[in-house]
Amino acid sequence: MTITDFQTATLFRFATAGSVDDGKSTLVGRLLHDSKSILADQLEAVTRTSVERGFGGSASGEGQGQQIDLALLTDGLRAEREQGITIDVAYRYFATEKRSFILADCPGHVQYTKNTVTGASTADAVVVLIDARKGVLEQTRRHLAVARLLRVPHIVAAVNKIDLVGFSEAVFRDVEEQLLRAAAELGLPDVRVVPVSALEGDNVVELSARTPWYTGPALLEVLETLPAVDELENEFEAFRFPVQSVIRPQGALAPGLDPEPFRDYRGYAGQLASGVVRVGDSVTVLGSAAGTQITTSVAGIDFAGTSLPQASAPQSVVLRLSDDIDISRGDLLVEAGTFAEASQDLHASLCWLSPKPLREGAKVLIKHGSRTVQGLVRSIKGWLDLASFSEGPAADLGLNDIGTVQIRLASALPVEDYERHRRTGAFLVIDPVDGNTLAAGIASGVPDGEGEPRGG
Amino acid sequence: MNTAYLTEDRLPTGTRTGLSSLDALESEAIHIIREVVAEFERPALLFSGGKDSVLMLHLATKAFWPGKVPFPVLHVDTGHNFPEVLEFRDRTVERLGLRLVVGSVQEFIDRGDLSERADGTRNPLQTVPLLDAISRHRFDAVFGGGRRDEDKARAKERILSLRDEFGQWDPRNQRPELWNLYNGRHTVGQHVRAFPISNWTELDVWRYIEREGIELPGLYYAHEREVFRRDGMWRAVGEVSQPRDGEEVLTRTVRYRTVGDMSCTGAVESVAATAHDVVIEVAASTLTERGATRADDRISEAAMEDRKKDGYF
Ligand SMILES: Nc1nc2c(ncn2[C@@H]2O[C@H](COP(=O)(O)OP(=O)(O)OP(=O)(O)O)[C@@H](O)[C@H]2O)c(=O)[nH]1
Ligand SMILES: [Mg+2]
Repeated sequence: MTITDFQTATLFRFATAGSVDDGKSTLVGRLLHDSKSILADQLEAVTRTSVERGFGGSASGEGQGQQIDLALLTDGLRAEREQGITIDVAYRYFATEKRSFILADCPGHVQYTKNTVTGASTADAVVVLIDARKGVLEQTRRHLAVARLLRVPHIVAAVNKIDLVGFSEAVFRDVEEQLLRAAAELGLPDVRVVPVSALEGDNVVELSARTPWYTGPALLEVLETLPAVDELENEFEAFRFPVQSVIRPQGALAPGLDPEPFRDYRGYAGQLASGVVRVGDSVTVLGSAAGTQITTSVAGIDFAGTSLPQASAPQSVVLRLSDDIDISRGDLLVEAGTFAEASQDLHASLCWLSPKPLREGAKVLIKHGSRTVQGLVRSIKGWLDLASFSEGPAADLGLNDIGTVQIRLASALPVEDYERHRRTGAFLVIDPVDGNTLAAGIASGVPDGEGEPRGG
Repeated sequence: MNTAYLTEDRLPTGTRTGLSSLDALESEAIHIIREVVAEFERPALLFSGGKDSVLMLHLATKAFWPGKVPFPVLHVDTGHNFPEVLEFRDRTVERLGLRLVVGSVQEFIDRGDLSERADGTRNPLQTVPLLDAISRHRFDAVFGGGRRDEDKARAKERILSLRDEFGQWDPRNQRPELWNLYNGRHTVGQHVRAFPISNWTELDVWRYIEREGIELPGLYYAHEREVFRRDGMWRAVGEVSQPRDGEEVLTRTVRYRTVGDMSCTGAVESVAATAHDVVIEVAASTLTERGATRADDRISEAAMEDRKKDGYF
């Protein structure tokens, strides 16, 4: 751990992905271990368990007898330790001088894809592990497709277990080629490939002398220098603000405040989904009541007793507006002139996460921003074939399928194209009966109303 | 300009607008607190007077300013309290004008509904009074100060964690939790535990306490205390925590990293007298806060997971 630069250090979230046993958890353990983020009592506990389970002895003969099962640093559930697999996401935290990291170690097993989608949905980067001996597998392709669908900005591929192929450049180049081909088929723009041995540490934190043919940066250096989603989006996207609640403190003012200035106070609490807002900006309110659109301006930005001149995503603030408009939870505030219109028809890709299959005619709930409305699945338009990455016809969507659907909404929602607006293009599909989350929804093919976003 | 996809040549080159990590964590926590308050009918916040719960209450005051915190606080009282923590709890509740609900382990023991454990610790006994308070007050969402960096089972739990009629956590069958869209739907009898500071580390908590000037019970800072050594920890001498034969009582300068049941929470030797000193100490620490100070977590490798499955925090 380090406290250097903590005033300016930014937060970077990344998730692991890749097929079962390709070494995700071991890599995460290695990153934590070599960046000195493991404390003595944790290391002691993991060493004890490793010895009890007879772990040790690597293929290349290094570090014999000393080895610990680094995967135990994240595989924290009893069932995971017993079976030697990851079942659900483990979140771990570490910091270097440049950055604080939130790391989501995801499962590789196909049965637990819903958990990998969970981990990847908030990620700035996905680190896809590939066993050098096996190359790109169906599950690797599934995770790449998920990363593409979720528009994770960066993919870092770690070709792992390079120790087991004699640190061979030829093997690495072959896997690299398979990977870049799959990424190109999917249209993944930013993929970097690093040869690593998670078990022995090569090219994870430090560059390895055993792969002299690799001249790029070590994995940690890649992760330290990639820009985070919010840093990217702030410069490009227009202001979006789902209203979480209305703050009218009359009668329930925080103790100690003088009631006089707050007699007519009315503010809108929320977190900026994207963009920047400044006092005086023109904003349009997309109301939940019958698709209303009213334009007004920002009179003030409050945060816990401080007035701010501006706020940017992902800040949580309270906005005050110049006009007295009827606004409630579920409404969306947007930069004036940057939004087309709310619609009752939703065209989207779904990543289906439930064992209960989706059929045409299903009634579901759609949660978008701070609103939840009913929806009817009109049609299932297609299903993504992982072998070819092409879309074929489908009658239903089953667990872990990715498909495209047409949904009719009970009332119009201001959904945008996910490719352009990650936050306002995302939604949940929820089971109206038991309340479970059925799918990750990604809107597509929405006409774009965005004009030229303002510069800087 | 179209923002269809971020490619290499379109990465930002100019000034970064990214928030500092502490601001990002604060904003995320406030978003979660507001979502839960908006979507649930009867939320409550677990408040023990410990640093994580004090931090949460501070975040809640910021989330609803200039309104007051719109939910009551719930304390599951082990009866093995540090007196100064109880005093701090009452003062804080009073200052913020909150309603305090107390679930008492002692009352359950007195009624014969719980029995004292052989090792004397009462932290694991909190589950029953907690679930009782939740059902008696019909709380449908309970904010907890749990952090994923505290323990390997906590590291696996969702921010909104669904609990069944028995308060049980099912780690093998958690709902997907996508983006920052939290699904709090539940059926009658179920409730949700919400962990807004899931993503904070102990160091983040202390940096934030320092930055915001948040007041804490004095025992988080270095003070002189009569202690004795047990299980490799310094234990305070108190009503429920008496030295056994051969355990020598000494006066040491110590502080607490966690406060819980006095009979099983240990102190660490420290001269850190301010939040800033603690930040430096925590950054240099070689032990986790629970490893250093909680006897109850040493019971077994999966102690926390087992307790959570039974309905614990
Ligand atoms: N020789 C060698 N073995 C490795 C390496 N990385 C991982 N392994 C081994 O591969 C096995 C699987 O590793 P894990 O880290 O559990 O794999 P995983 O990808 O997390 O598996 P799931 O989460 O269950 O999908 C373990 O026995 C590891 O010790 C490596 O770089 N070299
Ligand atoms: Mg794993």
